[in-house]
Amino acid sequence: MPIKLPSFRPRKDAYPADLWTKCPSCSEMLFNKQLDKSDRVCPTCGHHFRLSAEARIALLVDDRSFVEVDAGLQSVDALGFVDQKPYPDRLAAAQLATGMRDAAVRGTATIDGHRVSLCVMDFAFMGGSMGAVVGEKVTRAAEQALMERLPLIIVSASGGARMQEGTLALMQLAKTCAALERLRAAGVPYISIMSDPTTGGVFASYAVLGDINIAEPNALIGFAGARVAAGTIAQELPPGFQRSEFLFEHGFVDRVVARRSLRGEIADLLRYLVPGEQRPAADNGRSLFDPIGFLTSLADRVVPDLPAPEEAPARPTEPADDVPAARAADREATRG
Amino acid sequence: MVDRLLGRRPVAGPVAPEDAKAEMWNRVQLARNLRRPRTLDLLAEMADEIIEIHGDRAFGDDAAMACGFARIDGHRVVFIGQQKGADTDENVRRNFGMPHPEGYRKAMRAMDLAERFGLPVVTFVDVPGAHPGPESEERGIAEAIARSIGLMTRLRTPIVSVITGEGGSGGAIAIAVGDVVIALENAVYAVISPEGCAAILWRSSDEAATAALAMRMSADDQQALGVVDQVVAEPGEGAHADHAETARRLRTVIVAELDRLERIPTDELLAARYERYRAFGAYTETAAPPMTPPPNRGLADRVRDLLDPTRWLTGTSTTGTPRRDDPTAPEEA
Repeated sequence: MPIKLPSFRPRKDAYPADLWTKCPSCSEMLFNKQLDKSDRVCPTCGHHFRLSAEARIALLVDDRSFVEVDAGLQSVDALGFVDQKPYPDRLAAAQLATGMRDAAVRGTATIDGHRVSLCVMDFAFMGGSMGAVVGEKVTRAAEQALMERLPLIIVSASGGARMQEGTLALMQLAKTCAALERLRAAGVPYISIMSDPTTGGVFASYAVLGDINIAEPNALIGFAGARVAAGTIAQELPPGFQRSEFLFEHGFVDRVVARRSLRGEIADLLRYLVPGEQRPAADNGRSLFDPIGFLTSLADRVVPDLPAPEEAPARPTEPADDVPAARAADREATRG
Repeated sequence: MVDRLLGRRPVAGPVAPEDAKAEMWNRVQLARNLRRPRTLDLLAEMADEIIEIHGDRAFGDDAAMACGFARIDGHRVVFIGQQKGADTDENVRRNFGMPHPEGYRKAMRAMDLAERFGLPVVTFVDVPGAHPGPESEERGIAEAIARSIGLMTRLRTPIVSVITGEGGSGGAIAIAVGDVVIALENAVYAVISPEGCAAILWRSSDEAATAALAMRMSADDQQALGVVDQVVAEPGEGAHADHAETARRLRTVIVAELDRLERIPTDELLAARYERYRAFGAYTETAAPPMTPPPNRGLADRVRDLLDPTRWLTGTSTTGTPRRDDPTAPEEA
C-alpha cells in the first residue's frame, strides 16, 4: 500500500481567507503579512491595494509624529434616513468593523521634518463616503493649515458624497471648496493625493483642487461611476478609463507616484512649496544620534554631585491642539 | 439599541406611508415635466432684455448651459442656468440639459465678468446631473465643477440661486452656491438621482420613489434642512401650466433678494456666504482619546535609562513617559 505523502503544493481552496490575499491584477496569492510589509503593494505586479487610514499615516509621515485632533466627531442622522437599514445602524456597524468614528482621520504630523496639516480618508468606512464629519474634518484641516500656515495634505479614498445625508452631504462640496479657496488666496500649499478610489463628490471638490495633484498608480479616479457613464450614454468606454494614468494623460494629475516613493516625493515638493523654509534638522521621530550631546548628558548623570538636568518634555507641546479645542468651545456641538 | 448607545432619539416611523411616497414621486415627475419652463423661458418672461454670451474660450460652446446678461426690473444681472430642450430635437442639441466641462467653464467666465463689472449673478438650476460620459471625464468635469463651486464661494458680488427643476448633485451645486437659494415649489434637490440611489442602496431602480422620499428631495424638505431659504409656490397644477405666472412670482422674489443683497457690504456678504456653507452638516463632537503615538525612544534614550542613577536608587525609571499624552478632557458635547 503506497504511503500518502503530504502534499506541499498549496491548493487554491486551502488558503485561509485571513492569511492570503489574491492579487486582483496578477492573480498571485499573497501572504498577508508579506503584503503588509510591502505597504500593501503586490510584489509581483505592483498592484496597489487599498490602505487603512492608520497604515496610510504610518507610511506617509515621520515616525510617531502624527497627532490626531477632532477624533470625537460623529455623524448625526439629520434626515432620518432608512434604506434597507436605518442610517444610524449602518454607522454603528461601520464603526464596529473599522474602529473609526467616520471615514476620515485628521491631525498634524511632520513629513521629513516639515510640519503639515493632514487629513486621511479610509475607504473601509462606508466606502469612504463624505458626510458631515468628513467634510468638517477636511474643512478644519484646511482652516488649521490657513491659521498656522502649514502645508495641507489630503489623502482621498472615497466613493463620493454620502447618500444617507442627502443634500447636506452635497453641501460639503461647497464647504470644503470654500475653505480651500481661502488657503489658495493666502498662498498656503495644498497637495492632494488620490488613492483608489477617488470618485464622485470627493473628486469633484477638494481632491481635484490640489496645487499639486498626485495619484497612486492605476487608482480609479472619476466623476461618474463607470457603470453610470456606460448606462447613461450607451457608449463603449475606452480602456483604462478613469484610471490614474488616464487622468495624467488628460492633464488633471501632476504625477503618478508609486506608494514607496510617495513620502519622498511629498517631502521634495514641500521644499519648493514652503516659502523660505530650510530643510530642518531631523529633531523628531528618527533623531540622529548626537554623540557629543549624549556624552554630555551621560556625564551629567554619572557625576552624582551635579543636580540632574531638567528632564526635557518627551514631546514639544502641540500648539495645534489648543486651537481646535478653543474653537470647539464656541462652536455649537451639534448642528442640524 | 443603537440609538440609545449613540444618545439619539429613535427616528419616527420606520416605513413611510405609501401616499407620502406617491406624493414625492409626483413632485419628481413635475420637476422633470417636459413642458416645465426652462432658464431662457423664465428669463424671456421676467427680463426686459437678454443678451446671451457663448463659449468657454478653451474648447467650445455648451448649449446645455445658458449664460449672459439680462435686465430684470431695473437690475442689470449676469444670468447662468442649465437649459433643457422643449422637444426632442432641441434636447439632443442641448444634451438634455446636462452640461459638459465647457458649460461650467463658460459659467465661470460669466461669473468672472459679473465680478469685474459689478453685476449681481442670478443662477437657474435645472439639471439631471453633469454629463457623465468619457468626453466629460477627459476634459475634466470634476475639475470644472470644483473650480466653479470654489469661484462662487469667493465671488465678490451678490449671488441669487434658483432651483427651478431638477437639482441633480454636483452638476447642480456647481452653479448653486448662492448667498440665497430659492426653489420653486415642485423643484427637487438631491445628492444623487433617486434612480441611482435606489440602484445602490436598494439594489433595484424600482425603489426610486422610496429613495426620493428617504433623501427628502422636495423643495419643502430642503427648506426644512436649511439648504433652501425660500420656496416659491407654483400656479395651478405646476409651473408647466403657466410659464408667465411662474416667472412673475419668481421675479418678485429675485428682485427683492437682489435689493436686499446689494445693500450688504461685499466683505460682509462674503463672510456670510462662507458661514452659510461652513455650517452645513449634522455631527456631534465628543471627547475621544486621540490616536497619539507613544514617544519614540531611541537607543540613546534606553542607554540613558540604564545609566540613570536614580533608577538604581529608587528602582524606577524617571525618564519613562506615559504611553499616551493625557488628553485634555473636553466636556462631553
